[in-house]
Amino acid sequence: MKKVIMGNHALSYGAMLARSEVIAAYPITPQTQVVELLSEMCADGTLHAKFIKVESEHSAMAACIGASLAGARTFTATSSQGLALMHEMLHWASGGRHPVVMGNINRSMAPGWSIWTDQNDSLSQRDTGWMQFYCASNQEVLDTTIQAFKVSEALYIPSMVILDAFALSHTYEVVDVPDQAVVDRFLPKFKPYARVTPDEPHAFNGLTGPENYFELRYKLQKDMERGPALIEETGLEFERLFGRRLRLVDDYLCNDAEIILVTSGTAGYTARVAVDQMRKAGLKVGNLRMRVFRPFPFDACRRILPKAKKIAVVDRNISYGHHGMFAQEVKSALYQHAGHPPVFSFIAGLGGRDITPGTFREVVDYTKAHETPEDNILWIGVKK
Amino acid sequence: MPKKKDATKIVFESEKDVPMMPMSLGSMLFNKTGSWRNIRPEIKLEECIQCGICWKFCPDMSIEIENEWPVVDYDFCKGCGICAEECPTKCIVMVEERK
Repeated sequence: MKKVIMGNHALSYGAMLARSEVIAAYPITPQTQVVELLSEMCADGTLHAKFIKVESEHSAMAACIGASLAGARTFTATSSQGLALMHEMLHWASGGRHPVVMGNINRSMAPGWSIWTDQNDSLSQRDTGWMQFYCASNQEVLDTTIQAFKVSEALYIPSMVILDAFALSHTYEVVDVPDQAVVDRFLPKFKPYARVTPDEPHAFNGLTGPENYFELRYKLQKDMERGPALIEETGLEFERLFGRRLRLVDDYLCNDAEIILVTSGTAGYTARVAVDQMRKAGLKVGNLRMRVFRPFPFDACRRILPKAKKIAVVDRNISYGHHGMFAQEVKSALYQHAGHPPVFSFIAGLGGRDITPGTFREVVDYTKAHETPEDNILWIGVKK
Repeated sequence: MPKKKDATKIVFESEKDVPMMPMSLGSMLFNKTGSWRNIRPEIKLEECIQCGICWKFCPDMSIEIENEWPVVDYDFCKGCGICAEECPTKCIVMVEERK
């Protein structure tokens, strides 16, 4: 059924259709309507889930981990400082192999207080062992949420479904909300690897000495490496049932492009509009929108990007003292590739500053005019 | 199955045998936390009413009930004193360890 819904509610519907069994959340800002709608669904019986109100995001994730260990499909949502407060528990979720799915609305980190979008909140959690999916439309948010459960539960690795504050979270779009029966066929009940039960008592997540810890981490990485193929496979299976395909990366007119823009989130769709405009003006530009950040789609990057003469990565985030984080990752993916094209690292749109087609035009004009970048960071839109 | 290198630690020969989750690795068996203790609980059984509260409250499961009487497992008791605090007849006394 087609509905006009905001991005936050696309997450709620995704979690509902996935038949989440336990939802734990802290209800105060930076929380969004994601869990508000879910709490209403739990109250009116639309969703048979236990909704746990907790006193902090740290506790929300702790509750999800406990519920997952008890064998329940679990979901939560947060944003910015809330995600930062969860940091410790994010490691517990991935290290304990609890396939929790979480929605994160990309909001800039305080101070100054901000509820507007950039990616520093989720990218600060890069190394916690979570998969990260960056969405560009409300439909994609819903579809990704359902697929994230499937991939997470196959790998026993938690997932973050990430969407831009306001640009998606509070923007209404037409979304095809699939039938429950079809979603049930796609996503069967969660089968825990092991769970807390009196029938088979175990001690979980206890003291682990050097004799075993190393192998646990090796296995986490090995399973993460299975991610890219599994995400593609899951995308295909989803397409067969629902007619929509999501891939690791969304490449647009990259084959003959001289300059490829690398983007993520809603900026990726803005870039498409910009690419269309620039193509009309005779500029050979393409766009590679990164949907999945962890596991990093090395193969897709190495297949698509070296065809271009230059690569312009537009980051809505910054690693202070280095540069944009997608730019870092793209460079590291291409480094082994002999004769790879130069990578320009642009920063734009921090703290919810708009990224417009004009932003990309500026990026392309600079990239076209320079053989190599003049600086480690090229800032777009700083008032000078 | 785990291969036991010695009588205490569970050491796996190959990563394939290690469970995916850190579960039941036997670590609490060899890590005898009783050595951390500065004060030890001593139970005066003549005043004990066999209520089981010490058994229930012990966070380290270091109080066993044997033949209906509480017995402290000094290999693992860290000497936190919760049992003594909770005991309704105050028959558990914390005594300084002399090592």
